[in-house]
Amino acid sequence: MIFRRLGAAAAAAAALAFASPAFAVTEIQWWHAMTGANNDVIVKLANDFNVAQSDYKVIPTYKGGYADTMNAGIAAFRAGNAPHIMQVFEVGTATMMAATGAVKPVYKLMADAGEKFDPSVYLPAITGYYSTSKGEMLSFPFNSSSTVMWVNLDALKKANIAEIPKTWPQVFDDAKKLKAAGYATCGFSGSWVTWVNLEQLSAWHNVPLASKANGLDGFDTVLEFNGPLQVKHLENLVELQKDKTYDYAGRTNTGEGRFTSGECPIYLTSSAFFGNVKAQAKFNFTAAPMPYYPDVKGAPQNSIIGGASLWVMGGKSAEEYKGVAKFLTFLSDTDRQIWIHKASGYLPITKAAYAKAKEEGFYKDQPYLETPLLELTNKEPTANSRGLRLGNMVQLRDMWSEEIEQALAGKKTAKQALDAAVERGNQMLRQFEKTAVR
Amino acid sequence: MQKQAIFQSKLLPYALVAPQLAIVLIFFYWPAVQAVIQSFLLQDAFGLSTSFVWFENYLELFKEPAYFAAIVRTFAFSFAIAASSLSFALLLAVMADRPLRGSTLYRTLLIWPYAVAPPVVGVLWVFMLHPSLGVLSRYLRGMGIDWNPLLNGDQAAALIILAAAWKQISYNFLFFLAGLQSIPKSVIEAAAIDGARPMRRFWTVIFPLLSPTIFFLLVINIVYAFFDTFGIIDTMTRGGPGKATETLVYKVYTDGLLGGNLGSSAAQSVILMAIVVVLTGIQFRFVERKVTY
Repeated sequence: MIFRRLGAAAAAAAALAFASPAFAVTEIQWWHAMTGANNDVIVKLANDFNVAQSDYKVIPTYKGGYADTMNAGIAAFRAGNAPHIMQVFEVGTATMMAATGAVKPVYKLMADAGEKFDPSVYLPAITGYYSTSKGEMLSFPFNSSSTVMWVNLDALKKANIAEIPKTWPQVFDDAKKLKAAGYATCGFSGSWVTWVNLEQLSAWHNVPLASKANGLDGFDTVLEFNGPLQVKHLENLVELQKDKTYDYAGRTNTGEGRFTSGECPIYLTSSAFFGNVKAQAKFNFTAAPMPYYPDVKGAPQNSIIGGASLWVMGGKSAEEYKGVAKFLTFLSDTDRQIWIHKASGYLPITKAAYAKAKEEGFYKDQPYLETPLLELTNKEPTANSRGLRLGNMVQLRDMWSEEIEQALAGKKTAKQALDAAVERGNQMLRQFEKTAVR
Repeated sequence: MQKQAIFQSKLLPYALVAPQLAIVLIFFYWPAVQAVIQSFLLQDAFGLSTSFVWFENYLELFKEPAYFAAIVRTFAFSFAIAASSLSFALLLAVMADRPLRGSTLYRTLLIWPYAVAPPVVGVLWVFMLHPSLGVLSRYLRGMGIDWNPLLNGDQAAALIILAAAWKQISYNFLFFLAGLQSIPKSVIEAAAIDGARPMRRFWTVIFPLLSPTIFFLLVINIVYAFFDTFGIIDTMTRGGPGKATETLVYKVYTDGLLGGNLGSSAAQSVILMAIVVVLTGIQFRFVERKVTY
């Protein structure tokens, strides 16, 4: 990596030497939250860009986890030295969007910089999350994933289950069979309890999570996830928790080891879990689409994304913005997107990249890597499945998790818990609305 | 006539305390004042829109039943953590104070946990007592106990108290040991000659002579339980399940840093600061009287 960096520096220095004397390289700061192999992806992208041209230099900096990176960016902005590009996880979208003036919307950036930019080349299921309801792209999707159902195929065989369950009732039945076949402590489970069981569940069944297209059309949104479908689903989980057919695995992804260790044979979590599964699972596995309730008309709809996008911060010079715009164009390149897709396991963001990866036969040996894409593009997104944008999302999720935990522990009924989650969440949304810049 | 001041110049003493004063001003008073100011403001995370709202942030807090629950919970946690870590540390210190073969080794081993950072303590205990990953939870399950701190709030609370107390034991142990070793042997020997049995010697001679140490540790432990348990809670339960382990400090963090609601977070910090000031005041006013130096 040091050599690569030196190479880039040498290239930049050489470029400088040949350029006119008054010329200077414009530096572009890129703050991100990627570690391990994904950090290498980021470093390589920046270096490739720096070598490819001589006017701009992208400098990537690791700033900790998603929340840390965002807090660091916000603190830097308050201190007057924000980076040019900041990687923000999907739940931070509303906070970033509410900060008019602190961020420069991508569609505007591209227009101002005179870069060729056509929003229709991107996968709408991915860009929809980061666009206004008018289709204006606010941030640039970088790493996207979705919820899939990871299945331990050896376990299914052991329990004499012929095919992978497609619907929730099938999952419940199969989990009972699995439990009888020796998976006594956990028939099925999942991470990110609210993402899987409220947010994705609602989108997948085309029912609203909140009014105003789940908040995409305005901050005066009201939560609506205490409807019959969500209540029924939580009631099912509560019932199954009693004998551990379902076993709650925590609010975040700390329980994911229960799948790879073989304890939970069916596990719903992000498609980005792939790297760990591949490295640790000592059994045959696959990633199937999320289950659905067959009695819901039109289900399944399409899933929504997780992951992060790149936000361009406000208050920079036109020259700097030109460089940022060029960098985003550079990232949109089809071959580059395919490379990112293969190197990181995250989804390609353009239609062309997806088509080309398919053509190349990338999904032939590993069909399950296409599962999240098939889910996202299953149907044309509706107001209920385009995405969601709620202020203080990190805290909202904790609040909803608290209520779900109360229901699973038997302290509240499913209906009481979801009603309370909606009511408390609405209070928080009103609080957020008060502080959002108008 | 003898001159009062030892210093030749009038400015020198001020110059000498200036660094200390500067540090206190910059790292304590300035942030404290900032917190008070912030608590009167309603502001978005980026600081783009600010409005002055007087006491609205405080009033909102007092309307929230969860806030009172967090106050009660914090006091209960502090009491449990301080009581268990102090008593257990005293027991260990008394045992390690006896002439034993290899007592230095025991002492060193007992001091180790203090070097562990709170989040690491959290992770450590998670590995032992996580419902599915934990080694100890398998034994608990084997004994027929439905151990699941992810859903059972009481178990989660017990887990936090256990981990927090465990970490503090070494610190308390260190001070207790030093305190015990500073008690003159002649006093204890005199009591023994008078026919006092070990338990009586401990309660009537050693314990009162140890009271300054106990008092000091009590203050330190309460402050520790109030503020330093944050890392343990964050890695182990994130305030859950439900709100079973959400203490005041953890709420300040979730509302301010995760929620971006700086006004409310600042108001909570100010209240927290007031609670600690009052608590320390009470301890010095009433408890200290019972202390013999």
